[in-house]
Amino acid sequence: MANASIAIEPPLGAVKREPRGTAAFHRLIFVGLAVLLLVGPFLLYPVFLMKVLCFALFALAFNLLLGYGGLMSFGHAAFFGMASYISAYSAKVWGFPPELAILSGTVVAALLGTLFGALAIRRQGIYFAMITLALSQMVYFFSLQAKFTGGEDGIQAVPRGRMFGVLNLANDLTLYFVVAAIFMFGLLAIYRIIHSPFGQVMKAIRDNEPRAISLGYRVNQYKLTLFVLSATLAGLAGATKAIVFQLASLTDVHWSMSGEPVLMTLVGGLGTVFGPIVGAAVIVAMQNYLATLGAWVLVVQGVIFVVCVLMFREGLVGLAARLLKRPL
Amino acid sequence: MNRGMLLVAATAATAFATGVAEAQVTVKLGVLNDRSGVYSDIGGEGSAVAARMAVEDFKAAEKGLKVEVVAADHQNKPDVGSNIARQWYDQDGVDVILDVPTSSVALAINQITRDKNKIFLNSGAASSDLTGAQCSPNTVHWTYDTVQLANVTGGAMVRQGGNTWFFLTADYAFGHALERDTAAVVTKNGGKIVGSVKTPFPSNDFSSFLLQAQASKAKVIGLANAGGDTVNSIKQAAEFGITQGGQSLAGMLVFVNDVQALGLKTAQGLVFSETFYWDENDATRAWSRRYGERMGGKMPNMTNAGVYSSVLHYLKAVEAEKSKDPQKVMARMKATPTDDPLFGKGSVRSDGRKMHDAFLLEVKKPEESKGPWDVAKILAKVPAEQTFRPLAESNCPLVGKS
Repeated sequence: MANASIAIEPPLGAVKREPRGTAAFHRLIFVGLAVLLLVGPFLLYPVFLMKVLCFALFALAFNLLLGYGGLMSFGHAAFFGMASYISAYSAKVWGFPPELAILSGTVVAALLGTLFGALAIRRQGIYFAMITLALSQMVYFFSLQAKFTGGEDGIQAVPRGRMFGVLNLANDLTLYFVVAAIFMFGLLAIYRIIHSPFGQVMKAIRDNEPRAISLGYRVNQYKLTLFVLSATLAGLAGATKAIVFQLASLTDVHWSMSGEPVLMTLVGGLGTVFGPIVGAAVIVAMQNYLATLGAWVLVVQGVIFVVCVLMFREGLVGLAARLLKRPL
Repeated sequence: MNRGMLLVAATAATAFATGVAEAQVTVKLGVLNDRSGVYSDIGGEGSAVAARMAVEDFKAAEKGLKVEVVAADHQNKPDVGSNIARQWYDQDGVDVILDVPTSSVALAINQITRDKNKIFLNSGAASSDLTGAQCSPNTVHWTYDTVQLANVTGGAMVRQGGNTWFFLTADYAFGHALERDTAAVVTKNGGKIVGSVKTPFPSNDFSSFLLQAQASKAKVIGLANAGGDTVNSIKQAAEFGITQGGQSLAGMLVFVNDVQALGLKTAQGLVFSETFYWDENDATRAWSRRYGERMGGKMPNMTNAGVYSSVLHYLKAVEAEKSKDPQKVMARMKATPTDDPLFGKGSVRSDGRKMHDAFLLEVKKPEESKGPWDVAKILAKVPAEQTFRPLAESNCPLVGKS
């Protein structure tokens, strides 16, 4: 698996001084992204874009943990899926408005993240990945058996409702802008986390944990905080997805769902701010537009993955960053 | 422009528009199923081929209908499936979605189709909720469902003398439901449940469960599972010589393709239910042979046949209505009796249940088989009224209103 080499290799985008003007350049990208988000639904199908945004946020949350904390989690589907179940259930059965449904899903993911994180951060590398995988398999089993998840059928026909009592989300376009706002919030939060003193310490821990310990940092507290933040944002993505697609199902908690953000992050660029967004767009677009090819989707996906790993290991955005000589 | 002229122009435009519509109705059918995963052998390309055959056999072009068939892979994921369905309905002008195996995806499409007021003709999914609690005025559940499987396999087996049962149940909602429904039918028909065991889902090793089943001395071992679990349990039952030992194996959800893939040596003696068997009569044989020519010799299963039959009935309704308005077409489909070479005569009920007879089949012994697809013999034919859930017991809100 890729994770072994990730753990051993010197991390991509290791702490270096950012060249001058990087912050301004990033600001420019954010503005460009905002413009893209605004015109997007008029060029492409809004539901497709919402799916891209949900997965992009999921991949961003994952990348926060792996790219900036060096922690390879193979259990992120648990947070994504459980949040989507809670969000769907509270909206459908308890009649929560969408904002509360999404919030409750996110909170549950955060709690779950605290629990998982507290156990998993005690080990490093492959063992860390295996613990997260094992815990997420427990969540899968729980979802399969528990009454409220609806087993194989999942929770269907979740009402989209009215956001804050005024925005009618049954309209795809209205929903799109709500999802875009949630995505932007997540992205800005991650950007802020990465560039905060906390983020700097995280990068230091990633690059050399013993040195960070010797400098007096309580490494485990930092790791746990990052883990919970990542789980929370993954939960936000899952909870939003449940409202968008009006369903929550076993697919979302299945271990293969934990693999999706890994693939997206690697294709887009590990340890880059914007990489996971590009990766998510590429992977979701392939799943969507190549759906008519049937079994060939997996083959095409595999070929692209192999090409990515062979030709530009730092991912699409990582490649762009190298050409531009700026971190992205 | 004065008002009079405007009126004239408007009338002319309307007349012109209806004139065009009468001349040609354009219909787009979308076959949405698993084309790459575990169920691709059951639906997959075969269902798309069946849909195209129905369009050709209906001679749509001669009757002024322009019909296009598109296909996509839902990968057994509800979110992928619902995304494709929304896009088909919103952007690509698809009028009808066909097939859709995997209950979770089917239930999602059921909801979307209702919201968008289109038509959903399901053939591949098993969940009886499609015509029960979640029934919709826009959905017809064509081929089979869990109630029918339980009724035919459970009921007919008891009548054939298999009156003591032991269940191997996949330990999740679908398996539990299948066991519960089948057990109810068995008891109602005078049979007895001597025991059951829950198997982890999914599982590769059924040996200890099969030994329990063997020790129970039950005449019938019911496999309340699906897909890979069914295949694995049948294979391992063969290794234990269970059917040779006098016990029967009853698969709750087995397709003819599964039997063919397992081979007669392994699957012989297995009892299962389908609503269509290719070797039933001359008409089904002739159609299946034409299907086989396009599918490299493969024979169709009930899902493929269901897609063909549903497309045919839908196109007849569109032709009669000279319109593809979903409400009108659905009303016509429910009002007109169905008749096709594959399922014979039948009807579409107010809850969206398509009614037709079902078969209890038994896998042949290798020496009885005359060809690679000659895999089963028909033990019993169960009339539609005895096999599907009666309307009186229905929890579908549509029943009684129409």
